[in-house]
Amino acid sequence: MEEPVRQTFWNVPHWAEIAQYAGGGLAVIIFLYGLWRHIKRWKSGRSEKLEGTFGHRLTLLVKYGLFQGRLSNDAQSLLMHLFIFWGMAVLALATAIATVDWDVAHLLFDYQFLKGNFYLVYELGADLFGLFLVIGLCIAVIRRYIQRPEKLATENPPTFKIDSGALLLMLLGIAITGFIVEALRLASMKPDWAEWAFIGYALSGLFGAMSIDSIEASHFVFWSAHAVLSFVFIAAIPYSKAFHMVSSAVSVYTGNNIPPGRVSEDNEEGVVGITDFTWRQLIQFDGCTWCGRCQDVCPAHAAGWRLSPKNVVLKLNAESGRSAGSSKPENKSDNGGTPEGLGDVVSAEELWGCTTCAACENECPVFIQQPRALIDMRRHLVIEGELGDTLGEVLMKITRYGNSFGQSDRARSKWTQGLDFKLKDARKEAVEYLWFVGDYASYDARVQEVSRAVARLFHAAGLDFGILNESEKGTGNDIRRVGEEGLFDMLREKNLKALSKAKYKKIVTTDPHTYNALKNDYARDMDGVEVVHYTEVLEQLVSERKLEPSRPLNAKVTFHDPCYLGRYNGVYASPRKVLRALGAEVAEMPRTREHSFCCGAGGGRIWMEDSPDTKERPADSRIREAAAVSGVQVLAVACPKDLVMFQDAAKTTGFEDKIAVKDIAQLFLETLNQEVKDEQ
Amino acid sequence: MNIIVLMKMVPDVVEPLEIAEDGKNLDKEAIRMMASESSEHALEQALILKDSVGAEVTVAAIEAPELDDALFSASAKGAVRVIKITPEQDGLRADISASVLKEFIKQECGSPGSDTLIFTGSQAIDDLQGELGPTLAEQLGLPFIGVVTSIKPVEGEEGKVTAIKEYSGGLRGEYEVALPAVVGIQAAEQPSRYVPFAKIRAAMKSGSIESTEITPEVEGRGVEIARMYVPEVTGRAEMIEGDPETVAARLIEIFKQNGILG
Amino acid sequence: MNGGILVLAEQLKGEPTGVAFEMLGVGRTIADELGVQLEAVVIGGEGDEIASGLGAADKVLKVDMGDDQMPVSDTVVSILDQVSDKRSPALILIGCTNVSQGIGTRLAERRGLAHLNFCTKVNIEDGRPVFTSQLFGGKIFADATLPEDKGVVSIYPGAFPAEAGKSEKTPEVEKIDVEVPESPVVFKRFIEPEIGDVDITGYDVLVSVGRGIQNPDNIELAEELAAAMGGAVSASRPVIDQGWLPLTRQVGKSGMNVKPKLYLALGISGAPEHQEGMKNASMIVAVNTDDKAPIFDISHYGTTIDLFDLVEVLKDKLEEAKGT
Ligand SMILES: Cc1cc2nc3c(=O)[nH]c(=O)nc-3n(C[C@H](O)[C@H](O)[C@H](O)COP(=O)(O)OP(=O)(O)OC[C@H]3O[C@@H](n4cnc5c(N)ncnc54)[C@H](O)[C@@H]3O)c2cc1C
Ligand code: SF4
Ligand code: SF4
Repeated sequence: MEEPVRQTFWNVPHWAEIAQYAGGGLAVIIFLYGLWRHIKRWKSGRSEKLEGTFGHRLTLLVKYGLFQGRLSNDAQSLLMHLFIFWGMAVLALATAIATVDWDVAHLLFDYQFLKGNFYLVYELGADLFGLFLVIGLCIAVIRRYIQRPEKLATENPPTFKIDSGALLLMLLGIAITGFIVEALRLASMKPDWAEWAFIGYALSGLFGAMSIDSIEASHFVFWSAHAVLSFVFIAAIPYSKAFHMVSSAVSVYTGNNIPPGRVSEDNEEGVVGITDFTWRQLIQFDGCTWCGRCQDVCPAHAAGWRLSPKNVVLKLNAESGRSAGSSKPENKSDNGGTPEGLGDVVSAEELWGCTTCAACENECPVFIQQPRALIDMRRHLVIEGELGDTLGEVLMKITRYGNSFGQSDRARSKWTQGLDFKLKDARKEAVEYLWFVGDYASYDARVQEVSRAVARLFHAAGLDFGILNESEKGTGNDIRRVGEEGLFDMLREKNLKALSKAKYKKIVTTDPHTYNALKNDYARDMDGVEVVHYTEVLEQLVSERKLEPSRPLNAKVTFHDPCYLGRYNGVYASPRKVLRALGAEVAEMPRTREHSFCCGAGGGRIWMEDSPDTKERPADSRIREAAAVSGVQVLAVACPKDLVMFQDAAKTTGFEDKIAVKDIAQLFLETLNQEVKDEQ
Repeated sequence: MNIIVLMKMVPDVVEPLEIAEDGKNLDKEAIRMMASESSEHALEQALILKDSVGAEVTVAAIEAPELDDALFSASAKGAVRVIKITPEQDGLRADISASVLKEFIKQECGSPGSDTLIFTGSQAIDDLQGELGPTLAEQLGLPFIGVVTSIKPVEGEEGKVTAIKEYSGGLRGEYEVALPAVVGIQAAEQPSRYVPFAKIRAAMKSGSIESTEITPEVEGRGVEIARMYVPEVTGRAEMIEGDPETVAARLIEIFKQNGILG
Repeated sequence: MNGGILVLAEQLKGEPTGVAFEMLGVGRTIADELGVQLEAVVIGGEGDEIASGLGAADKVLKVDMGDDQMPVSDTVVSILDQVSDKRSPALILIGCTNVSQGIGTRLAERRGLAHLNFCTKVNIEDGRPVFTSQLFGGKIFADATLPEDKGVVSIYPGAFPAEAGKSEKTPEVEKIDVEVPESPVVFKRFIEPEIGDVDITGYDVLVSVGRGIQNPDNIELAEELAAAMGGAVSASRPVIDQGWLPLTRQVGKSGMNVKPKLYLALGISGAPEHQEGMKNASMIVAVNTDDKAPIFDISHYGTTIDLFDLVEVLKDKLEEAKGT
């Protein structure tokens, strides 16, 4: 048989070939201009240091960029993305190879490498990936226009309205015209290897009846259409959603691969205008793929509040585009001009809806830090005094008394009064564990019971521990997330001072919010002191047999992962291990571990009023979820705020009789010998 | 418009109050001081007027522990001048405090003009011997209206304001007041604004508190306090036992004794 | 005591207020024990009609104000000053209320008298009245006497029985002529609370219902009881969440902060978030079948009988009491 060889530009007049190069060149120029505009936009942000090495960034890029690692929990979406992305990538590569083969190798050196078996595989591969592309696009069309999940609805596209539809059509057009061109060529040339290009070959049957002339005429028409569509697509990339191929990759590459929920460290005043975000943040906004995964897991959105992290990101991106496109001088504060506010872009109501649970950030395939951006904007609201009445009142209480309850700081260790042993005062004597109690565990009557249970357990295990009494102030974890950096700093200073006067080896706390603040927000000044959660200590005490549950619980229990313990700090195993050690069967809720669903109290939400259009409070939704796990009698918690929120939610939803809300420490105490309990 | 807000510092009742050894005073060592709630409202109402119609807000208070914090906070919120008047005075004696403040007002503006409003808190928890506002008004010979919850300039009439005074059960009265006048603010139109800590810090750095010394003209006509004491609190409800008839009868008796049923 | 007692018969919208009778009651006791005259001053309004209800006083002094509906406090001070010139009382009693706020203080200042505020109790010791005042929001009490037993005392509303000031007797009424000065403060009009949207912060009596009320139909019971007491119905959050009452009725952390004279809690456990909104009420009475409910820790009175057994009986008895 005659050796198969690539006939690029078959049936294409020379002028058209030249025109194609001209068109291609133009498309690339338009593309580059658009790209340059994006880069300029990114550069308008504040500076920020990249953490991590080049190697680790590259790994990120391959894992999360090329293979879309974060989509792995949504098979349909993963397939669609892989098909479209790899389909396009391979076809683009194929076109490039053909061009090099024809206009470089053949033209200049009279040599072709697209021949023989290599060429056959090339044809097969191109058709295969072309098919993938079409399948991917079909999935996309089905998802977007037939299934229409809520998360894909976009009220504020940062580009143009029919963006997604236009792109999908264009890509489908490119793929289909590509196949038709191939089919027509095969129909006319009838090479004996035609079956290798299996799709083109199959389609060529359709044209068998046509005359050679009309085949060639149609071929030229489709060839031109294919070329024009492809160039339009390339040129349109930076001006449409398709740019996320580039920007998402950059966003992934510049991601810091740290646990979700980190806030900006050195921007006390927060964000006024869009360019007060850092360049990394601006890249993130630009990298948004509109996938809506963040919105799907957002408790504020689920509650029916105005906030959707996706919409916030898209609106910020649109604003960033608008501001970069405008001809006025760069609106950065240090240039003298006051930046235009973002008040019209993202409303205060949206900002105050966030519980800073970081579910969104955990879910985002391209590492966008939504809570961080929201908190940056909250900081500005705080400076402007645009906070709700109830929140303002709480902040005043904290300023004055160092606790959100507005109670006397001298009453901070009053909860210990119900114990018949005395807790060591860590300011006066050295202890191994310094117990940083936190506001809720100190002042809320319901949680005080838990605090006493923990004290009893520690005492029974002979743990050497003490507290700071009234020298302890709230750590300000949630003050910081509310956006009140100044107050947070004040609290941090006071606590660091108190800590510096105490002698201890490790810090233990029952409160995940306190835990997070001490471990992360105070880290710079803590000399690497280890901070542990009481469930971690309990786990250790059990494994060292210092505490031996003697009367197993024999109950089916489900555990709620607190945001600030789980997603923020990766502690998932200890509470479960302790529960199993108590003889409980631990059943999981559908939303568990890093996908845990926030109780709604975080980020200062516990101090704010619920919006009147609340459909279902996050805690209510969660208690229903827990109660729906078959056979579960107890919702175990390991966070003071969770106890309060879920006990209340159990009442509100009427599940009170069905499921009990208890802290792990309370459950633990139930399993101890009667003497231990009595004696305490 | 000029608004002079006279704030009053009172013991913070969040902290446990203790009686001094003589049994006639609070133990000064054990207390913390804070701006009285209605003083805070007076400041807020002044700031609301400043924002809505433009007013120059001056805040002054008689020396007390932790007064600086209150004044810095007022300054951060937008008071143009904050002034501390030394020395400390007995908070229970409105007549003494008023005589100091009268001198202060004289120093400030001679005799107040028709663009001047003097705000005080309507009532403070330690007004044992009368409220500051009416005492000062009497000493200055100015009109007074208290329990005010809203105040606005009368449109088109210079030197006049409309004040809303609260009675009870939601019933309120509208008054027109010709300035200058002393107004006792019960509650501002909005809750006190939150001022971010960063702004208070900035105010502290700029150290903007003015200070002036005024000695009162004391007249000895205060009440004679025989003793002060912490009332007995049972800490738990007195339980009423019996059948519904008995309980209902007892409850009505209690209501009547406490003036709850007209 | 060298001189009589003068009571300002406080009125609002042409009606004597509760504290007017409370003052007459306590004034009567002092006057009888010390053998002095008790006189009441009625200023303006429906003077004659009000005067005739003040039989507890030995004499009612009536000052005409024409058609001035609501004499402003400075004017009242001036009138009382002139009346005092004529009658030389030793003791002047004024209500420590919003209506009369500022009058006592200014009058004392004008007459060079001592003024004692927040009075909740009066005892006669060695022939001298000893007044107990509550200070610092009720955290501290102070016992005090007036110099030479002369001065102005502001009587805390709700602290004395009003019954004691009501009398069937027809008092002697004397019309007093005084000069009524022009005041730079002018009363314009009353602003009534908006109907429909109940503002629970404005009521002296709140009947508050919690989950113990069980279902929306039972809210009616509470409404009836509240009506019998001249109060309004408020609720804990679960009741609001169920949509049984509007959000404006919610008491607590995420609702209203209320300070009524009486907070009657029916079937409310007293969670911290709820307490935050009501613990400053002057009197808290809790009805809850669970004797361990935390509400009892902050209540003054409590009962563990079933609220459904109590409410009806209580309402009937209240209406009975009113009828007589
Ligand atoms: C962030 C947050 C904010 C909150 N804000 C508020 C708020 O603003 N206001 C608020 O109220 N709550 C608020 N809550 C809810 C609060 O925690 C409690 O869940 C709620 O107050 C309980 O309401 P309750 O007392 O009516 O119900 P329960 O706690 O269920 O109490 C019902 C009581 O009725 C008694 N009872 C039952 N039947 C009878 C009967 N026949 N006779 C007499 N007694 C009976 C029972 O013994 C029980 O004590 C908030 C919670 C959270 C987490
Ligand atoms: S942090 Fe949580 S509440 Fe906030 S936007 Fe993200 S998912 Fe929503
Ligand atoms: S922010 Fe992230 S998760 Fe949310 S829509 Fe954009 S890409 Fe998707």
